[in-house]
Amino acid sequence: MARENKIMSIAQAISHVKSGDRIMVGGFGLRGAPDALVDELVKTDVRDLTLISNDLASPHIGLSKLLDKKMLKACIGNYYNWNPDLIDAYNRGEIEVTLIPQGTFSEAIRAAAYGIPAFYTAAGYGTELAEGHESREFNGRGYLLQEAIPADVALVKAYKADKLGNLVFYKISRNFNPTMAMAATYTIALVEEIVEIGALDPENIQVPHIYVNAIVKEE
Amino acid sequence: MVTFEKAEAEARIAKNAAAMIDEMAGEHTFALNLGIGIPTKIADYVANENIYIEAEHGFLGVGPLAKEGEEDWQCTNAGRQLVTETPGCSYFSSADSFGMIRGGHIDATVLGAFSVDEEANISNWIIPGGKQLGVGGAMDLVSGAKNVIAAMTHCDKKGRTKLIKKYQLPVTGFHEVDYIVTEYCMMRRENGRFVVFALADEITLDDLRSITEFDFDVAPDCRPMLK
Repeated sequence: MARENKIMSIAQAISHVKSGDRIMVGGFGLRGAPDALVDELVKTDVRDLTLISNDLASPHIGLSKLLDKKMLKACIGNYYNWNPDLIDAYNRGEIEVTLIPQGTFSEAIRAAAYGIPAFYTAAGYGTELAEGHESREFNGRGYLLQEAIPADVALVKAYKADKLGNLVFYKISRNFNPTMAMAATYTIALVEEIVEIGALDPENIQVPHIYVNAIVKEE
Repeated sequence: MVTFEKAEAEARIAKNAAAMIDEMAGEHTFALNLGIGIPTKIADYVANENIYIEAEHGFLGVGPLAKEGEEDWQCTNAGRQLVTETPGCSYFSSADSFGMIRGGHIDATVLGAFSVDEEANISNWIIPGGKQLGVGGAMDLVSGAKNVIAAMTHCDKKGRTKLIKKYQLPVTGFHEVDYIVTEYCMMRRENGRFVVFALADEITLDDLRSITEFDFDVAPDCRPMLK
């Protein structure tokens, strides 16, 4: 059998996102965000997406274009202060927003990747963000239960991929990308460079290829 | 009572917090996370080479702000300022970063705050009805770091004290604050009470009481703050 070819056009890769999907998108502010994938998604007519991301960039930039085009039903994340447009949409009741402390958010994605349905954390215990969560004491300290956050599709940005889909990242652009790549059912990686199989140092591969379904070279 | 211009107040807070952290670290490796705003300025003053600055988006060993010509767009602190690397620095994922934070491997976190109350409850993430919708990593940091330092101006823009009897705003973490540093005083938590251990030269303890809603103790060796 011929080896599966995961290298595809951006349109072909993005066609895997369907209306109603839960999508997770890497990036912290604008760093490590797969902007070209988001721009391609904006060209489609998918709707009712639940977006799982750290933030929503800034108005009319990157992920915020999904809001401009009313493609979002809900946002799950932790920091939207960089985007007043989302705050206005939320205050008008046009979009659901779930705030989760950043460490709980990243761990919930990791939990989804690792097959852990829920975990306890002390972060946010007793606060307004603990409402609706079960809680329990361990060794005299209070913890709340957070469920894993899985997704249908992950859009991630990496520095390099080999032709199998092994990924390496660059500096702070790593952030949520490797964890999201491992947590979603279908992962699309936007990369700056595609190298031959065997060209990446096996000791330094940050996401092994079996997590990656589509590789798109950034133009 | 003397008041300080904003820039002077902020510089005093950063300088005094840095000196305290230099002392806390001593001769041991010390991981320090700095929040956005005044806390970020502390990086300009820390002098102890055992201190390694951690940024929650996955960077340990954050260096000084990048000068013109040495900027790397993908090398920033948590406040999105372009910074430099230090020798021996490392990058890791957000999940690993918060594992470091939640797991108790960060020696101190410095955060700004809207208020700290008598029970060491800190509020710093949201003012309801305002133009904010974000929590960031504050709740993880206050519950996970070994020492929580609130570094903030003593009063808000309207002159109301931030050192209050009981919290009014949504709380970020309950009973989590270990130190408070303002332009007027430095306090530490001892036996469920705040104790002043440094005071600005320009004010008296009575002045401090007039701008602090909760009762506090005074350390026998209370010293003047750095100018």
